[in-house]
Amino acid sequence: MHVGLEHYLTVSFLLFALGLLGVIMRRNLIVIYMSLELMLNAANLALVAFSRFNDKLDGQVLVFFIITVAAAEVSVGLALIVALYRRRQSAHVEDLTSMKL
Amino acid sequence: MELADILFYVFAALTLLCGVLVIANPFSRNPVTSAMFLVLTIISMAGLFVLLHAFFLAAVQILVYAGAVIVLFLFVIMLLDLKEEERRKIKFFGVAAGLISVGAILGIFLKNLHATNLNAQSSPSIEGDTAALGKLLFANYVLPFEVVSVLLLVAMIGVILLSKKKLD
Repeated sequence: MHVGLEHYLTVSFLLFALGLLGVIMRRNLIVIYMSLELMLNAANLALVAFSRFNDKLDGQVLVFFIITVAAAEVSVGLALIVALYRRRQSAHVEDLTSMKL
Repeated sequence: MELADILFYVFAALTLLCGVLVIANPFSRNPVTSAMFLVLTIISMAGLFVLLHAFFLAAVQILVYAGAVIVLFLFVIMLLDLKEEERRKIKFFGVAAGLISVGAILGIFLKNLHATNLNAQSSPSIEGDTAALGKLLFANYVLPFEVVSVLLLVAMIGVILLSKKKLD
């Protein structure tokens, strides 16, 4: 069977589901962050596949911007985690309950 | 079956397998292991990009993600002392709820994928090489390009502010 758009989209969906599962299941902030990266990459894969099979390069430009924004997001997020760790001595979501009623 | 199709299945399987090992590794719950498998996921995804003729993006993916982002992750893991991770248990309720909800979302995705007529080109001909992408980027997308550069500057200033010892 020839590999087409639906194959790439299936891989992208599965990868997105994996990332979401990681965000829900894991309790470590850094691993949750890695799962977020996984979800962003899944979206990138879908965009590149759409761009390829519609014969337009615009999707790849969008992926280029997404990669840039993701890099900025990672740097800010990790700085936040470090600041949080300095204050609370923990990078676990279960220990961050100050907004709980 | 062509070589490209075989390579697609190899890279797709590698991507998904390493993705599973990022979120749930049965042998080690060390964040460093997760980061290493994230590198493998990203590299095999760059392989998928090459199969989609997005050569520039494959190179950027390896340079930015495997090069910069993962190094940042490892640096932060090294900075924080995360030995506590080993002895905490994963709660059964959380795992069950996560599996059910993610399974439902995945079901919706795949059902809609099969129900939709994708209308895709059978023999696409674009090449995502640097020249074509650069022309598009500097002709049609100049404004977003400049805005993204400002965003990077803002992120840099924000990170410097956040990582200062005293916030006040």
